[in-house]
Amino acid sequence: MEVDPVFTINSSERITFIPLLDQLPSYQSLLYRRKSSTIANKRRGSSRSRFGSIGSVKSTVSTINRHDDKEPEVRPIRELTMSMKDKRREREKRTVKAQDLGNWGQWQRNTRRYLKRMKEDSEDRLNSMKLWRRDIHQIEARFGTGILSYFSFLRFLVVLNLIIFLLMFCFIMLPIIIIPYTSGNATYSHPDSGNVCSVYPSSARRGLVIFHEHITDLLSGGGFLEQTYLFYGFYKVDKIHYPSCTYNLALAYLLTTISYLLVSLIWIVKRSATGFKQNLVKDEDSFQCFCNKIFAGWDFCITNEKAAELKRSSLLYELRTDLEEERMKQEKAKRTRKDKCQIYTVRFILNLFVIAVLAGCFYSIYLATTFSQEHQRNQVKVNFIVDLIYEYLPSIVITMANFITPLLFSVIINYEDYSPAFEIRFTLIRCVFMRLTSIGVLLFSLWSQITNCGEGVKCICGYNATLYSCWETRVGQEMYKLTIFDFIIIAAVTILVEFPRKLIVTYWKSGFSKWWGEQEFGIPQNVLEIVYGQTICWIGTFYCPLLPAICTIKYFFIFYIKKLSLIKNCRPSTRPFRASSSNFFFLGVLLIGLALACVPVGVSVAQINCSQACGPFVNYTTSWEALPTAVSELSLGPKNFLHALSSEAFAVSFFVVSCLAMFYVIALAGAHKKVIKQLKEQLDMEGQDKRYLILMLCQAQGLSRPQPSSSSSKPRSCSSPSYHTSFNSDFPQGLLLVHPPPNSSTHV
Amino acid sequence: MGATASQLDKGMLSEYQELTFLTKQEILLAHKRFSELVPKEEIDRINCRIPMSLILTLPELKSNPFNERICKVFSTSDIKDGSLSFDDFLDLLSAFSDSATLEIKSHYAFRIFDFDDDGTLGRHDLEKLVNCLTGGTDDTNLTPDEMRQLIDNILEESDIDKDGTVNLSEFQHVISRSPDFVSSFKIVL
Repeated sequence: MEVDPVFTINSSERITFIPLLDQLPSYQSLLYRRKSSTIANKRRGSSRSRFGSIGSVKSTVSTINRHDDKEPEVRPIRELTMSMKDKRREREKRTVKAQDLGNWGQWQRNTRRYLKRMKEDSEDRLNSMKLWRRDIHQIEARFGTGILSYFSFLRFLVVLNLIIFLLMFCFIMLPIIIIPYTSGNATYSHPDSGNVCSVYPSSARRGLVIFHEHITDLLSGGGFLEQTYLFYGFYKVDKIHYPSCTYNLALAYLLTTISYLLVSLIWIVKRSATGFKQNLVKDEDSFQCFCNKIFAGWDFCITNEKAAELKRSSLLYELRTDLEEERMKQEKAKRTRKDKCQIYTVRFILNLFVIAVLAGCFYSIYLATTFSQEHQRNQVKVNFIVDLIYEYLPSIVITMANFITPLLFSVIINYEDYSPAFEIRFTLIRCVFMRLTSIGVLLFSLWSQITNCGEGVKCICGYNATLYSCWETRVGQEMYKLTIFDFIIIAAVTILVEFPRKLIVTYWKSGFSKWWGEQEFGIPQNVLEIVYGQTICWIGTFYCPLLPAICTIKYFFIFYIKKLSLIKNCRPSTRPFRASSSNFFFLGVLLIGLALACVPVGVSVAQINCSQACGPFVNYTTSWEALPTAVSELSLGPKNFLHALSSEAFAVSFFVVSCLAMFYVIALAGAHKKVIKQLKEQLDMEGQDKRYLILMLCQAQGLSRPQPSSSSSKPRSCSSPSYHTSFNSDFPQGLLLVHPPPNSSTHV
Repeated sequence: MGATASQLDKGMLSEYQELTFLTKQEILLAHKRFSELVPKEEIDRINCRIPMSLILTLPELKSNPFNERICKVFSTSDIKDGSLSFDDFLDLLSAFSDSATLEIKSHYAFRIFDFDDDGTLGRHDLEKLVNCLTGGTDDTNLTPDEMRQLIDNILEESDIDKDGTVNLSEFQHVISRSPDFVSSFKIVL
């Protein structure tokens, strides 16, 4: 608000219609921009994707730079802000004008229009084939775009897993399957039978097999499942010789692993690019948070009355929280030194406590894994159920830890006195860390078992061959068990916990049910669940090539389970998750999972000796060796080129160049921000200048004229297209003459 | 010329496709839903208008706090009663469709939020807007202090030339940096 007494603005009084303002160039340009565009926007502003309209922002902004070299009236009619009648008139005008173009021009125009129509139709048809379109539309109508983003994320994962599976299938399984039908001649990686490392006892069950042993096998990946396409150990083919070429399956296995990690990375980064840009902008000093909530706060997709009420109350809650946060921030600035010390000490202690809890969880996972592996080695059969529990012990411990720690963290964070937004984020980071690191700890404890040959004895084969003749299959089995268990838990919790909870809360009104409350669909926890499953899939695909297919089916069923749970059991959470920031959050967590998945795969491929008794890498020391061996067989030119790429000189210079590029872009962004700030201040000054000058002018005009009657001042709104200007009216002109009005609202 | 005859002919369909952001399927669906709302005796009259009360029975608009404003903004009737013809209805759906440009959406959003139709969003407009969003009843409204603080914050963020109101350019500037606007300003039949 203005401080200057001459120009104080009071919302209840406005200035009169001053014909001078109509002649200002700024107003004229607005009119012109409205009628026929100086901003040429030839392409259709957005595609049919969900975030398509954001793309139009880019195009609008970029076309502002081009506006002076394009003629007006190239803008498509549908992008004009007129009613249908006016649009038709405009169209007729353009058709008349186009008839002057001549036959060639007209033909050009018609073809262009026809092609555009074709493109739109095909895009439309492609969109209608999208998976689960109607289901997602239903969810969006009832629960809004925040929860919708979770389900479209789930859909993205289904498609991603399908693509990974297709990659593995086409390059690894298909060549093996078609060997009998083609003229290929396969060389197997037959283990050297004299070597002690290459003994691989068959784990198929012999004799009379009891039914429940089949179930155990199915759930643990052992027994009859072990020697199938499911696990690494089955792929014994080394090379396939065709008349014209040789297909190096070992190399293909390695390269497919690298490529599926790369494909996932590129796809996720591409998807998160828009969200990241906006999040980066948004995080700058909680930029525009109030405007976003008020102007873009209402979800127009909501059609359900109850959901609309909930949306209103959640908006109210959000606004109140934000206002309170602002007040808290002002209070925080007044904190004394003693208070600060106290709070920092409390935070330090609590963080130590969190680290202790995490360490405790990791240690228990380590113990559980070692115990489970010992039990599997000893082969002492106690009981069907108990055996299964021992097999699944690591999974059970991980799930319990993942259940308890979020509750603990959400209690702890209350004592640490952060702002509400930061609280949510920090708790989430802790939970993400917990979930994803537990897989790493599991793998680490597995490897310590595999490479442990006894006290102080060095392993002959590089790994403990007596206990783990085919350790990759064993790791694959653990990953398989984790996946199956994860799926069982999700289904069980929905059916056995959420459903009864809904029944109890609805039908048995008591203090307990009021305290427990209806289930909230907590998006962060659900997202962590599926990211956890996806990380397991990424790690496990190297050892268990069919795992992506299993995960696709798993996520497919999870979609329907979650949708059912959402509609029947849950109410939307009071703390809504913004759609855009949630997109960034999901993909950010997924990227962390991918990064964490690359580490175990990289270590096992490059460091640990591959097993000599099974798999396609028997002829190599480590799995990675297949690549240098293949490169050394290439001709001189490509070989030297690849050697140059992997040399240190190239790596260092590449690193330096990317650092320079990053610094340049950061500096550019900083400079732009400064320029924007300066321009804003300049705009403000210009507005004030203009107001002052117009006031002076009107006073001068008024003094040289007899007093006009107040009836000459007409309200402006009904006579002008007021939506494109910002001039207000209804101020008696007579007041101008007597003394400077205390308000003015003439501006650009 | 609108059409409320029971079938849309191909020429009209392609004309609507050119003039709006809707696809063929969406236009046909809109025609179907519109015809369902037309009272029986007017079913054959060309260019008939449906009164606002009937439009507001559509599930997509029923629970929307801005439903009346939307009808008034898109209505081209002379008496400004919020009644919509089929053309107006298509205009509405086009502005709210998935593929409408940001400029169209922000323009119409501005008009919808401008409760007193004076071309800017003043304090009064913003107050009404906030009340619509939070519920409108006494216990769901913000206290006057909170309201004042909120509107001060909004103006600080969006009012570039510091005149106490938000005009169209400022509004469009704010909207262009709001990541959620396009995904929430959407109505799909």
